[in-house]
Amino acid sequence: MAEVMLPLWFSHEAKELYSNQSIQEAADQDMSPSVRLQEMIRVIRGARTQGEERGVIQRECAAIRAQFRQADNGTRSHNLAKLLYVHMLGYPAHFGQMECVRLIASPRYNEKRVGYLGAMMLLDENQDASLLITNSIKNDLSHSSQYVQSLALCTLACMGSAEMCRDLAPEIDRLLRASNSYIKKKAALCAVHIVRKVPELGELFTPAARALLSEKNHGVLHGAVVLITELCERNIDTLEQFRKVVPELVQIMKGLVMSGYSPEHNVAGISDPFLQVRILRLLRILGRNNDTASDSMNDLLAQVATNTDSSKTAGSAVLYETVLTVMDIKSESGLRVLAVNILGRFLLNNDRNIRYISMTSLQKIVQTDHNAVQRHRGTIVDCLKDQDASVKRRALELSLALVSAVNIRSLMKELLLFLSSCPPELRAHTASGIFNAAERYAPSQRWHIDTILHVLTTAGGDVRDETVPNLIQLITTATDLHCYTVHKLYRALVTDISVQSLVQVACWCIGEYGDLLLTGECEETEPVQVTEDDVLDALETVLQSHMSSPATRGFALTATMKLSTRITHNVDRIRSIVSIYGSCIDVELQQRAVEYNALFKKYDHMRAAVLERMPVIDKSSPGHTNGESAGGTIKEMEPTKLTNELVLPKEPANQVCDLLDLLGGPGEPLHPTPAPSNTVKGPVMSTSGGDLLDLLGGLEVTPAPPCVKVYEKNGVTLKLQTDKQTDTGMNITLTATNSTEADITSLTLQAAVPKSVQLQMKAPSGDVIPAHGLGLVTQTVLLNNPNKVSLKMRVRVCYTSQGTLCQDMVQIDSFPSPTW
Amino acid sequence: MMRFLLLFSRQGKLRLQKWFTPGAERERKKVIRDVTLMVLARPPRSCNFLQWRDLKIVYKRYASLYFCCGLEPQDNELLTLEVLHRYVELLDKYFGNVCELDIIFNFEKAYFILDEFLMGGEILETSKTAVGTAMEEAETLQETMEEYLSKPTF
Repeated sequence: MAEVMLPLWFSHEAKELYSNQSIQEAADQDMSPSVRLQEMIRVIRGARTQGEERGVIQRECAAIRAQFRQADNGTRSHNLAKLLYVHMLGYPAHFGQMECVRLIASPRYNEKRVGYLGAMMLLDENQDASLLITNSIKNDLSHSSQYVQSLALCTLACMGSAEMCRDLAPEIDRLLRASNSYIKKKAALCAVHIVRKVPELGELFTPAARALLSEKNHGVLHGAVVLITELCERNIDTLEQFRKVVPELVQIMKGLVMSGYSPEHNVAGISDPFLQVRILRLLRILGRNNDTASDSMNDLLAQVATNTDSSKTAGSAVLYETVLTVMDIKSESGLRVLAVNILGRFLLNNDRNIRYISMTSLQKIVQTDHNAVQRHRGTIVDCLKDQDASVKRRALELSLALVSAVNIRSLMKELLLFLSSCPPELRAHTASGIFNAAERYAPSQRWHIDTILHVLTTAGGDVRDETVPNLIQLITTATDLHCYTVHKLYRALVTDISVQSLVQVACWCIGEYGDLLLTGECEETEPVQVTEDDVLDALETVLQSHMSSPATRGFALTATMKLSTRITHNVDRIRSIVSIYGSCIDVELQQRAVEYNALFKKYDHMRAAVLERMPVIDKSSPGHTNGESAGGTIKEMEPTKLTNELVLPKEPANQVCDLLDLLGGPGEPLHPTPAPSNTVKGPVMSTSGGDLLDLLGGLEVTPAPPCVKVYEKNGVTLKLQTDKQTDTGMNITLTATNSTEADITSLTLQAAVPKSVQLQMKAPSGDVIPAHGLGLVTQTVLLNNPNKVSLKMRVRVCYTSQGTLCQDMVQIDSFPSPTW
Repeated sequence: MMRFLLLFSRQGKLRLQKWFTPGAERERKKVIRDVTLMVLARPPRSCNFLQWRDLKIVYKRYASLYFCCGLEPQDNELLTLEVLHRYVELLDKYFGNVCELDIIFNFEKAYFILDEFLMGGEILETSKTAVGTAMEEAETLQETMEEYLSKPTF
């Protein structure tokens, strides 16, 4: 800033007045009682340690206390002044409160002055002693000397309680009308304080405030404008009243803007910028939501906006207030454009302060005048690179507000760059801002995944907990990017395992899509060439590293387990890892390992199904929170069910048969129902775990689930099975199988139900039905029937068979009875 | 309105504190500590504005003293820089080439000047000369020692 620094210097030589010698001399000659105060200050400052200072002050305070108790000897004001100095250093001074009260009541001006100062420093409305000065203030308000009146006014405005204000308001009103300028301006601000404390008293001051606008004295005018502003802000009726004075205010403002040089009020070429700013602020309040008022100030605002010289701070301050006013009232569009352009100009200013306030203002209008602000996006983004932390913060807020579908790619580049070099306190906010923007405007899934990965690599430690499940959910939906994702994440994992969020996602992906990783092929990115051992090494490193949090290790263990069905050679290695962790100190890991062990030993035939690829996770389902909570509850149920199973001795063969039936046979409706809980820690916790539970629980019920064939044509068979039925709803599963020679592709099922019934179709398990009945596609449908009408459903089946598109409609009038 | 005005040295020693809202002693001390630490931590050519709690902090360094105030959201920061500058000018006029020592040894005068310039957190007088004139005239009321002692007590 090209301001002239005043010659303040801290030099002992230059100011002889305060040297030891001069103070001592003065004391010797007893020149002035205030020397005693300065002597004390000098002694206190001479103390070399905190302890020494405390000692000096204790002595002084004791002396002061003694003096307070004595009869009057002409030193009272100086003693109180000493006490106030001590108070400023941070020492207790409450014993001076009564002395303040006494001094205020004194006829001596010296004493009054210091007494009032003491009251402002030591007394506030919470002290009882403050009430005691009310009477003195009242008397002094009518004192013959304006300087005594001024003391009273100042003190009342500083620390007057609501009670004092109510008491003295009529006095203040009197002074507002009939006194000289010196008192009027003080009375005006005193009235402002009263209105703040006791808003109802605003009505009392309104007439006087109105009259003050015709004063010429700038101090009085300023006080009047402040008072009117305060009155209008608190009372709608008063606001309506004062709208009539807009022309008068405009006149005053014009006078200031066009007046010649006035040495008294001139600041850097602007005539009384303080008054100008206050008038502009009042105009803003009066013009808000009112067309007439806004119209009448339009010309003035345009004039101020164009004629004010903003090369110095004073001018910029006035321009700033003008812009705020223009944007807040009902100004015409030309004026608004002018205002935004001023802000744009401010953005390019060398002065940091001006850049800062420009961005704060732009932030306020970015919602309403979005396009106008977008024009300055380039400059705003440049401010991200500013050295100053305040400017950076503002630029970040504004950049995030400016993100749109059009500029997402280029703006995200800048934001990611910013993230890598931004101050630590802004990282979490930046990361979450980037995630929000990506979620709203991602141009493609791959871009979205890449962006999130980039953030995790750069600032993974600062992201919120939900990021991990959110990212996993996103990955599952991007089915064609699984290969790309797992290769990328594997690379990230082997580079660095310190960022927990990234490691967790990487482990999960490797567990899920490990088979894609091992093929060594990938279209979208350079694939990694790894062996099964390499992958297991990576996971084991995470398991064993001291940097991994317990949750992360859980992810790694489950991923390792999942790989047992996706790799071919090293299953034994997995078996041994899992059995080792069966005695891990961490209870969570131990429990998992024990269960996985059981899965290897007793339930090996179920392992494939249990660890199968997870279906697309539905974002809106209830369990979509941080994996921990949902996983926990289901886990608890697990072991008990297992033990139940062990206890049941009867018909083991049958049980096995049933299990086989349910799981194995072609055409049998094996339905991994989509996960109601989106735990991502392991399939044992998820649907398949649900299956396990169901299967085990359902052993009591022997018959296989009734299943109805609803469509059979071209070798495609569609069966319907009711999973659950209540009074008001039903869950069914549609299963499609294919007995032809070739795969059926692009299978889609659409359903329609009666009007009052609500239908929700979950994502299908796939859209390709393998040939020869080697596989199937399932889709769950949830029906909600609050009115209990008779349920009917129409299903449209579309698919491509051997190149031809087939489409059929099926009516379902009755549903089979549900399974268990 | 301005909520408070603080003057402190580069070592964090408080030289003047003016509060425009009521508050407990302990709360005020905490504010002083927090704001002082925050401002002193700022690198030299930074922006003069900060966001702290729900207030805007505006500060300016003059030689060895920091002038710092807390503003409400609707206040104009740039204007407040001018307010701080004006206060320094007034002190300079009164003391003649003011320095930190002047404010230390004559703190009560610094308060009196402030009370002629600001009141209730708002600007009281916008004229450069009026404050000085008021101070001079008030000083004529200050009694000499003899007059002081000869006046009747109550």
